[in-house]
Amino acid sequence: MSSSSHSSHDSQPLRAPGQSHPQLTRLAETSRSPVTFYLDGEAVQALAGDTLLTAILTHQRHVRISEFSGTPRAGFCLIGACQDCWVRCESMPAVGGDAQLTRLRACSTTVQAGMRVVTRAADANEVHGGANV
Amino acid sequence: MSERAEIVIVGAGPAGIRAAQTLVAAGLRPIVLDENVRWGGQIYRQPPAGAGFTRTKQALYGFEAAKADAVHTTMAALLPQVDYRPETLVWACDPKHLHTMHGGRETPVAFSHLIIASGATDRVLPLPGWTLPGVYTLGGAQVALKSQGCAIGERVVFAGTGPLLYLVAYQYAKAGANVVAVLDTSAFAAQAKATPRLLNQPATFAKGVYYVGWLRSRGVRIEHGVTLEGIEGTAGVRAIRWQRGGREHSLECSAVGLGFGLRPETQLADLAGCRFVFDDLNRCWLPERDAAGRSSQAGIYLAGDGAGIAGADAAELAGRRAALALLEDLGIAAPVVPDAPDAPAIERKLASNRRFREGIEQAFALPENPAARWPDEMLVCRCEEVDARTLRECVRHDGVTEINRLKALTRVGMGRCQGRMCGEAACHLLAEASGQTFAQVGRLRAQAPIKPIPIAPMLFDENVAAIPEEARDE
Repeated sequence: MSSSSHSSHDSQPLRAPGQSHPQLTRLAETSRSPVTFYLDGEAVQALAGDTLLTAILTHQRHVRISEFSGTPRAGFCLIGACQDCWVRCESMPAVGGDAQLTRLRACSTTVQAGMRVVTRAADANEVHGGANV
Repeated sequence: MSERAEIVIVGAGPAGIRAAQTLVAAGLRPIVLDENVRWGGQIYRQPPAGAGFTRTKQALYGFEAAKADAVHTTMAALLPQVDYRPETLVWACDPKHLHTMHGGRETPVAFSHLIIASGATDRVLPLPGWTLPGVYTLGGAQVALKSQGCAIGERVVFAGTGPLLYLVAYQYAKAGANVVAVLDTSAFAAQAKATPRLLNQPATFAKGVYYVGWLRSRGVRIEHGVTLEGIEGTAGVRAIRWQRGGREHSLECSAVGLGFGLRPETQLADLAGCRFVFDDLNRCWLPERDAAGRSSQAGIYLAGDGAGIAGADAAELAGRRAALALLEDLGIAAPVVPDAPDAPAIERKLASNRRFREGIEQAFALPENPAARWPDEMLVCRCEEVDARTLRECVRHDGVTEINRLKALTRVGMGRCQGRMCGEAACHLLAEASGQTFAQVGRLRAQAPIKPIPIAPMLFDENVAAIPEEARDE
């Protein structure tokens, strides 16, 4: 991929040919029960006890898009120190209304069935929205 | 605030657990605050409970399985006798109060005595491409395997220096990961020269030799004395480039585990008002402490890697020693804990450990003047995306010589990580650009919240102290 692909991250999922493999590879502990969650609207599977970071990165290579440069990020320290894996999570109110966005640190949050995780670039009005941070 | 002042331990790793054990043996009931879901710290991190993880401790911790099990079992037995609060972030400390966050709820915790056992994170030096997906700290790479059964990629390179480089490469290869190279920035000659000091701990030394031999026997490429040049890719890591003996090398890979040893997490000690001093061995500013772990602040004790890198065995000893000091200060006799050494024995062991640490630093020295090689366009701060050019120009045009001033003017170290990942690099760069030593550029001051917290509790909790003067970007 050429470096010009940075500008196309908003419109194009980061699963271009040749880059289609996920970031993380499972080596062990694969007999845990499956958990279904939604990754940018698509139902995908994780395993019980996965962190949100594991759940996302066994499907793709990024957990968020930098709000400054638009470049992809996939966490860094995995122990809650670098703060580079915050993702947005939608929760639907019980009765009508718009989805609420909360922010979760993917490396230290356990995936739950039905979670609706957003990893694509944030709209301008989303960046400072949500309840947290 | 009405609650009773308590004895509080921050951190449930080897140091925090041994401290708790000692206090409980003396009839006290400490509060143990820990950010992790389960006890054990990072070194003896446990996989999530009740989710169907099945690997044995032998598989998870290798040679350290017995120690890990002893620490885990000790804490499990202590649970009825301590006020254990996992998944609890301590985000601020003012005189006699900690501010904690659990499940989005803020709770102040009053303390009379405080043992800080806050642990360490990887010491990171950046290189071009270090923000790409697939680049993780060495410790992070280890956590992915230990706690989740995952490798950080299909073709993994481990780069940097330090004993962890070989340990993690070994653990990965043994678990079936494809480790394509180990790139060590320190020279093989330096490691050979350090042997006499490393033999202060023959068993630890032997394990290191074993990992390297095991990797070589499996055909894993090991390069010494490399200069890391950059990581290539756009959607993620595609290759790593380095130079050795004047020749350029490149290797395709999909992940890089990067680390240069460990750095202590000292923010809480800083907020607690502890005095700091530059430590040549750790090559960083550390909170002052006596041989027992007493800080410069009465009632505040420091133990484990958070007070200076010494490893897990030393952390267990230091945790116990700090608790003994606390008991002594309370006028309580030292309790009898079976098989636990007394205070003088602990201090002798910790002093001997320091000689071993000197050997480690000699064997795995940081690259000389790393900032000289960093290109202008390389990001130094991954939170705020501040590049090397911005920092250099700030030094050149504004005559900045002190790290907090550089932070105020450029936002380096001001982002969500609070300088954990970039502070070291920013100091190297400032030292290089201003013609000073690393120690002369000063110390990045900690500010609350030391990690991101929801804004609402901060605004609506009347217990939260006003933001201090020095926290206001100067």
